[in-house]
Amino acid sequence: MNITINHYLVVSFLLFSIGFLGVLVRRNFLTVLMSVELMLNAVNLNLIAFSRRLSDLTGQVFSVFVITIAAGEAAIGLALTISLFRQRRTLNVEEASSMRG
Amino acid sequence: MTGAETVPGALLSGGAGWAFVIFAGLAVGTAIAVVVARNPIHSALFLLSSFLLVACIFFLEQAEFVGAVQILVYAGGIMVLFLFVIMLVHQRGVQERLAFQHQWDVALIFLLVFLLPFLYVLWTERFPVLPQNLDAFRTVRGRIAGNTEAVAWVLYRDYLLPFEVASVFLLVAMIGAVVLGKRSAEKVD
Repeated sequence: MNITINHYLVVSFLLFSIGFLGVLVRRNFLTVLMSVELMLNAVNLNLIAFSRRLSDLTGQVFSVFVITIAAGEAAIGLALTISLFRQRRTLNVEEASSMRG
Repeated sequence: MTGAETVPGALLSGGAGWAFVIFAGLAVGTAIAVVVARNPIHSALFLLSSFLLVACIFFLEQAEFVGAVQILVYAGGIMVLFLFVIMLVHQRGVQERLAFQHQWDVALIFLLVFLLPFLYVLWTERFPVLPQNLDAFRTVRGRIAGNTEAVAWVLYRDYLLPFEVASVFLLVAMIGAVVLGKRSAEKVD
């Protein structure tokens, strides 16, 4: 089984679109956050694949940065989750609509 | 991985290729389970296994350092945080009967907008076959070292400023999380 860059692109696209669907379709705020993490991870997979293909370490360094961003985003998102739960006693994203115009 | 050079353009071949297929298939399957599962705890555990499988793909790709960071940060840090928050806010009655929004139409339209250019690029783009140099991932100043050392050289020499910005970003995120999570004074009964 020979794996080329196209296989990586397909797998990464699948992971990204699953995360994208999760963000748009799910109601639970925690699951939405997890879907965002899935999308970031799909980007990492692409960076690593192209790093391997170009024989260049820059892609690996950038995926370390992406992991950093994901960690910060998870921390802020979970703090928002707790804040939302305190105010509304729910995790449903549709309930958090007080800023809707 | 000895046969990687025999087939032009192949990143993995032979047993490593089949291992990639297994890991990638399981990763996509667990990712679907993350989105479909009703219980957030199940979602979190499926997400954890998806991260571990992607880390296995990183190991196949000579990215040992990033794979280890993925396991440490995602599995060790982020998932524990997720599980703590889930246990904190989980109520039995909260588990919604209707877990999905009525946004399937919008989601599928957006997905199609992504899918068409992706397929176009995948079908038309012929990525040129480049010579593979696996030693590039573990060479430091002309001698063979480890992947971690090589990544550290690139990170601290070429990308020092982004590294420092990332540390400031983490500080900002930490302060923001503390402020958001703090109970405001007038709300305390």
